Amino acid sequence: MTSTTPLLEVSRISRIIDGKTILDDVSLSLNKGDLKVVIGPSGGGKSTLLQCINFLQVPNSGDVFLAGQSARAMGRRNICGFRQKIGMIFQDFNLFDHLNALDNVAVALRKVKGEKKVQARKRAMSELERVGLADKFHLYPSQLSGGQKQRVSLARALAMDPMVMLLDEPTSALDPELIGEVLNVIAQLSLSGMTMLMVTHQIGFARHLTTEIIFMEEGRVVETGPPELLEAGPGGGRAADFCAKLAEVTGR
Amino acid sequence: MTPPAASLLSPETLASLSEFLQSALFVAQGCGYTVALILLAMSIGLAVGLPLSAFQVYGPKWTRRLAGLYIWFFRGIPILVLMFMIYFGFFNIIESVCLKWSGKPLTLSPFLASVLALGLASGAYQSQIFKGAILSLPSGQFRAALAMGFSRTSAIVSIVLPQAMRISIPAWSNEYSILLKDSAVAYVLGTMEIMARTRFMTSLTFTHTPYYLLAGLLYYLLTWLGVKMLNRLDKMTRIPGLGHDLKAEDHLQAD
Ligand SMILES: Nc1ncnc2c1ncn2[C@@H]1O[C@H](COP(=O)(O)OP(=O)(O)O)[C@@H](O)[C@H]1O
Ligand SMILES: [Mg+2]
Repeated sequence: MTSTTPLLEVSRISRIIDGKTILDDVSLSLNKGDLKVVIGPSGGGKSTLLQCINFLQVPNSGDVFLAGQSARAMGRRNICGFRQKIGMIFQDFNLFDHLNALDNVAVALRKVKGEKKVQARKRAMSELERVGLADKFHLYPSQLSGGQKQRVSLARALAMDPMVMLLDEPTSALDPELIGEVLNVIAQLSLSGMTMLMVTHQIGFARHLTTEIIFMEEGRVVETGPPELLEAGPGGGRAADFCAKLAEVTGR
Repeated sequence: MTPPAASLLSPETLASLSEFLQSALFVAQGCGYTVALILLAMSIGLAVGLPLSAFQVYGPKWTRRLAGLYIWFFRGIPILVLMFMIYFGFFNIIESVCLKWSGKPLTLSPFLASVLALGLASGAYQSQIFKGAILSLPSGQFRAALAMGFSRTSAIVSIVLPQAMRISIPAWSNEYSILLKDSAVAYVLGTMEIMARTRFMTSLTFTHTPYYLLAGLLYYLLTWLGVKMLNRLDKMTRIPGLGHDLKAEDHLQAD
C-alpha cells in the first residue's frame, strides 16, 4: 500500500433506479498503473458502476475523485472535462458509423480538444498504428471485424490521453478467435503503465495481469483480493465458486 | 371548301398557335417562382425541423412539450388557412406596428407569406422525419461521445445529426414532392408561381384544358427533376453500413 492519494477513488456510491437499488455503497480505488478486474454475475451492476464513475449516470449518493478532484463538485459544464480524462470502452464498441476509422479517432480531438484537422489526423494515425490498424484507416466500422472495431475504439480512447481507462467487457461481443488481438492491446497498455478498471470474464487474462480482483453481486462488492482469490479449493469464496462455474461453461 | 392542310397553316391558326406558345412561356416562367418558393420553404423547414427533432429526443421535458405543441399546431392546420393567417393576420400586425413606430409604410409580399407558411409547416413534418431517423440510430454512440468529453449539444451536432440527416434523404425527397404540390396553393395570395399564371391565362382566354395540362406537366417535371437530384445525393453520400442498403438484399433468394 502506498500512502499517496489514489489516482481514482470511488467513494461509497449508490445508484437507485425506480426504487430499485442497483449499486449499494460501492467503494474502490486505483493507484497509478493499477489494473483491477471486476467480475460477477450478469445484472450485478458492473456496467452501472462504470457509468457512475464517469458520471454518465449520476450516483444517488457518494462521490468519485480523479487525482483528488471531486466529480460531484464540478458543474454540468466541467463534467465534460472530467469525462475527457477517463477513457471508456464498451462491449459493443459504439464506433461512430458515419466516420471511417481515422476520423473515429480524430473527431473528439477536433470537437472536444479543438485541435486542427491535420494535427488531429496525425495523432489519430499514430494511435491507429499503436493498435496495429494503420492500414485500415480509411475503412468504415461496418467494414471492420469485431476485433478491429474494438481496437479502433481503444485507439479512440487513447487519443484523448486519458488518466484512467474503464473497460466494460471489451471482448464479450467478439468471436473467440478475435479475443486475443484485443487482449494483447490491453495487456500492452497495462504494461506501459496505464491505469485501468476492467469488467471481464476472461479469467486467464485476469489472473496474469491484474493487481486486484473485485467480485460484485447484486450491486455490492462482495469480495476483493489478489488474483489467487479466483482459485477454487478449500476456503474458496464466492468469486472462486463463480469462476468454477464459468470454467464449466467455457470448458477451460 | 379549303383542304385540311391549308386550314392548319392558315394565318388565323398560326396566330393563335403563337399566341398560345407565348402564354405557355408566360406560365412556364412561373417555374422560377415555384422553385424559389420550394427551396426557401425546404430550407426553413430544415432549419426548424432539425433542432425540433433534437429537442424532442434529447431535450429537457419543457422543450419536448414546446416542440410537441409546435408540431401539433402546424400539422393540424390546412396550408391555405395558414397562408391567410400569416398574410392577412400576422403581416398586417407587423405592418401597422412598423407604420406606427417608424412612420414609414412597410409592405410584406405574398411570396414571403407563402414561403413562411410552407416552411413552418414543413418544419413540423421534417422534424418527424429526423426524429424517426435519430431513434433508429444505436443509442450507444451518443453515450460513447459523452464518455469522451463531448457536451450533449456537440454530441448531437457532430455525431447524431449527420447520421440522422444522411438516413433521412429518401424521406426528405418524399417531403419535397409533397411540398412542391402544396406550393400550388400559394396562387391564392397572388404569388406569381405556376398555378397563379395558369389561372390568369385561363380567365383571360376562357380556354382551360391546354393550360391545366401544361401546369400538370410542369409540376411533373419539377417533381421528377428534384427527386432525381435527391436520389443522386443519396448515392453520392452513401456510407457503408449506414442506413438501408438495398444492394445487400439482392443476394437473398427470391420467392
Ligand atoms: N436504465 C435502467 N433502468 C432500470 N434498470 C436498469 C437500468 N440499467 C440497468 N438496470 C438494472 O440494473 C441492474 C444492473 O445492471 P448492469 O449494471 O447492466 O449489470 P451488469 O453489467 O453487471 O450485467 C440490472 O438488474 C438491470 O436490470
Ligand atoms: Mg454489463
